[in-house]
Amino acid sequence: MATSDFEAILKAYERSGGNPHFLKSPKVASLVISGNQVLGANQVPGVQILPEALEHGVRVRVIVEPGVQLGVPAHLCFGVIPAEGLQEIQAEFEIGEGAHAEFIAHCTFPNAINVRHVMQGLVHVGRNAHMKYSETHYHGDEGGVQVIPKARITVEQGGHYISEFALTTGRVGKLDWDYQVDVAAGGVAELVTKAYGRDDDVISVKETIRLNGEGARGLAKARIAVRDRATSEVMGITEGNAPLTRGHVDCIEIVRDEAVAHATPVVRVTDSRAYVTHEAAIGTVDKKGLETLMARGLDEDEAVDVIIRGMLQ
Amino acid sequence: MEEKPILQVENLCLEREGRSILRNVNLTVTTGQVFGLLGRNGSGKSSLAYTLMGCAGYTPSGGRIVFDGQDITRLSITDRARRGLTLAWQDPARFEGMKVRDYLSLGAKDTSEARLHEVLEAVALTPSAYLERMVNDALSGGERKRIELAAVYAMSPRLAILDEPDSGIDVLSLDDMIRLIRRLADEGTTVLLITHRDEMLPVADVAALMCAGEIVRVGDPAAVRRHYAQRCRPCAVAEPVEEVDDGYERL
Repeated sequence: MATSDFEAILKAYERSGGNPHFLKSPKVASLVISGNQVLGANQVPGVQILPEALEHGVRVRVIVEPGVQLGVPAHLCFGVIPAEGLQEIQAEFEIGEGAHAEFIAHCTFPNAINVRHVMQGLVHVGRNAHMKYSETHYHGDEGGVQVIPKARITVEQGGHYISEFALTTGRVGKLDWDYQVDVAAGGVAELVTKAYGRDDDVISVKETIRLNGEGARGLAKARIAVRDRATSEVMGITEGNAPLTRGHVDCIEIVRDEAVAHATPVVRVTDSRAYVTHEAAIGTVDKKGLETLMARGLDEDEAVDVIIRGMLQ
Repeated sequence: MEEKPILQVENLCLEREGRSILRNVNLTVTTGQVFGLLGRNGSGKSSLAYTLMGCAGYTPSGGRIVFDGQDITRLSITDRARRGLTLAWQDPARFEGMKVRDYLSLGAKDTSEARLHEVLEAVALTPSAYLERMVNDALSGGERKRIELAAVYAMSPRLAILDEPDSGIDVLSLDDMIRLIRRLADEGTTVLLITHRDEMLPVADVAALMCAGEIVRVGDPAAVRRHYAQRCRPCAVAEPVEEVDDGYERL
């Protein structure tokens, strides 16, 4: 392992909000990838992390054995330190029956001028297993990042899958997000996506939850803010395909300046005992909220930022 | 103590949607005073507050606002706030994702734990129960109102406009509000207290009565209160009251 590369990615990891301590601790399952180099992979009992370098990225299998209760979240770091580059991540997650696992991932491209990060994810959450995946991105201040995360998730009977994605600091660049979840009987899926676009950032978010088994539940939630000339397009799709399924699509977008926001909530019901709802709202920053903060001495830009960051919390 | 005016409102007029909302309003608030502005609902009190603060849609059509000797009529809200003027809204805004702790710290010079505790205790809220809560819909109207007043207190502004600070707060808590207003004044903040409840007036050093966008009386709070009770409460329409020759100073 090149120590300088490791230190550089740790610094970038910290800047994106991560705590480098976890990536160094032998007690914490972790994975550190810079470009196509695997700089660190730490396994703990019951958790296998199996990375393999590819020409432009890394293929990684993460296996949480059945019944394993991961006491401390696994920490994952993906980054590209140079200003230009392509990173392709092929990730497979297998959460065994009855296992509980939380993952905290940071993707960081602090110097990006022209970086493309492509992630293909395949996730299988076993019967009565729980998986939470929290992912925070930092793309630097230049907007030269194109990020394309695509994931197909299967949640078996009684399983839980929660995904939280945040890209609220620095520029977005171009984000093309597409997650699809199939949920079996009694299972739960929650997709929460938050992004803040500025300048000419382009945000595209598509979240699809198919509630295929009796009593399955799902929430597709997006909180997006765009200002300057940024654009956003959010599509939240929830299908109720089995009896007693409950689903909800919830999208709120704030738009300022010359930015443009689109929201398309889609609900499909193919079983008469399913119940799927949606709400979508696009608007500017609340005038009274803005003036209240200005009356505390913040200028208009600062006040807008405070309100947007609050919404994205 | 020198009676130096901190706020002078001169012939202030405001029109909105073709209607005259403020009609040649004249007021002088002296440094260190609690100035009570009493009036029925719809008399123009809140519009005056928004105009003084510089809110969007409340640009005066005539007259001027002088704060500490400087004409601030055309300044932004931020510029007014940075000069030491602030407003506690009658129906304060909610902020998703913002903690009470952070809200109180906005514009405050002292953001120490001790100071945050002090300002919450001043509005009879238990700091440990509120500092980590969000300033969102989970707060009741009364709680939100108290936090708004605590935030203004935390700023230590030179002039605080309190728009109906008692609305949404139960009668038993009026004493808390009165104590806070007195405390603000004692610590150097001039207070423009806007209210439609004449029970609040005893805290004021000077009072004015507003009706249909005009200031119709200025003077001793007890006398203004008496006039309000006798003449304004029974008045069914929000029209300017007739001048009554009862010895009060007519502006």
